Amino acid sequence: MSTTAWIILWGAVATYLTRIGGHLVLSRFERVHPRVEAALNAVPAAVLTTLVAPAALTAGPVELVALAVAGLMSLRFGMLQLFLVSAAVLIVGRQIFG
Amino acid sequence: MSVEATPERTTPATTGSEFLAGAKLGFPVVVASAPFAFLFGALAAKNGISVAEATLMSATIFGGASQMVGIELFGQKIAPWLVVLSIFAVNFRHVLYSASIGRTLSHWTFLHQAIGYFFLTDPQFAEVERKAEKGLPVTFAWYAGMGVTIYVPWVIESGLGAYFGNLIPDPHSIGMDFLLPIYFFGLVMSFRTRANWLPVVIVSGIASIIAYKTVGSPWHVSIGAAAGIALATMLPIRNGQVSRP
Repeated sequence: MSTTAWIILWGAVATYLTRIGGHLVLSRFERVHPRVEAALNAVPAAVLTTLVAPAALTAGPVELVALAVAGLMSLRFGMLQLFLVSAAVLIVGRQIFG
Repeated sequence: MSVEATPERTTPATTGSEFLAGAKLGFPVVVASAPFAFLFGALAAKNGISVAEATLMSATIFGGASQMVGIELFGQKIAPWLVVLSIFAVNFRHVLYSASIGRTLSHWTFLHQAIGYFFLTDPQFAEVERKAEKGLPVTFAWYAGMGVTIYVPWVIESGLGAYFGNLIPDPHSIGMDFLLPIYFFGLVMSFRTRANWLPVVIVSGIASIIAYKTVGSPWHVSIGAAAGIALATMLPIRNGQVSRP
């Protein structure tokens, strides 16, 4: 097997460890302290925000409009409609302006 | 994987309808991630990785950002262990996901859990959290429906991208670099009723931007997340706030 294939397989092992690791560590404790509970409940907002923020900071006007549309649509619609409309705004905007 | 043969005892809905309900949630993810799967395959081919290896990578790692970083490093002469470490670093956020949804999946059988955690991607995590927040049961069939719906196209499109490497249109004009930020922003918004949502979002956002500019990617994810989570542990805990199942 090639070196590349070995790296891929070890990368897969490392990735699976991250996916199961948090649960394995936490399940060793019988009771979860309320502050740990509060920390875990903050995970979605905390992590997902970091996947958006740097991109939003360097975004141009078209990208910001697409984000604003996504933000407004999130108040009323599901993820599918939100994503399709915002993506259309982005792609059409880029065709026209940039 | 024979999903049909493994019904959950406590589910009111049938296994089949649960699987389809999950699959429906996977659909927008397939649309959002398809360009990246093709791009990943094309870039892999450009960096001298075979079609089989690119497909193997998507099938076994199943994590877009880490795969992109991986093939970027394959193109250079970098020690293998350093490539593995980089993949681990990019995927480190899953430790937090896994710690959080472990509370929801703990009633599954050992085998279901072992399989389930393999499919734990960003959108999968977000949908599990949303469902648990509403007090709805998270069944293995529902989870597998979403996971398989995302996984199969991801693997196939990666292989096709590697095979037809040069047919990918200009990534910028089809909005490639900004589709996932839009999708993730939608997910962030979907958690807006949670306790301390706004302060956590603000602190994580600012911390991740500072880390992005100073330490660099991918560490801005872990650093930004740590800042927001640390804030959540320090803010006062309201009554009933932690009653999430």
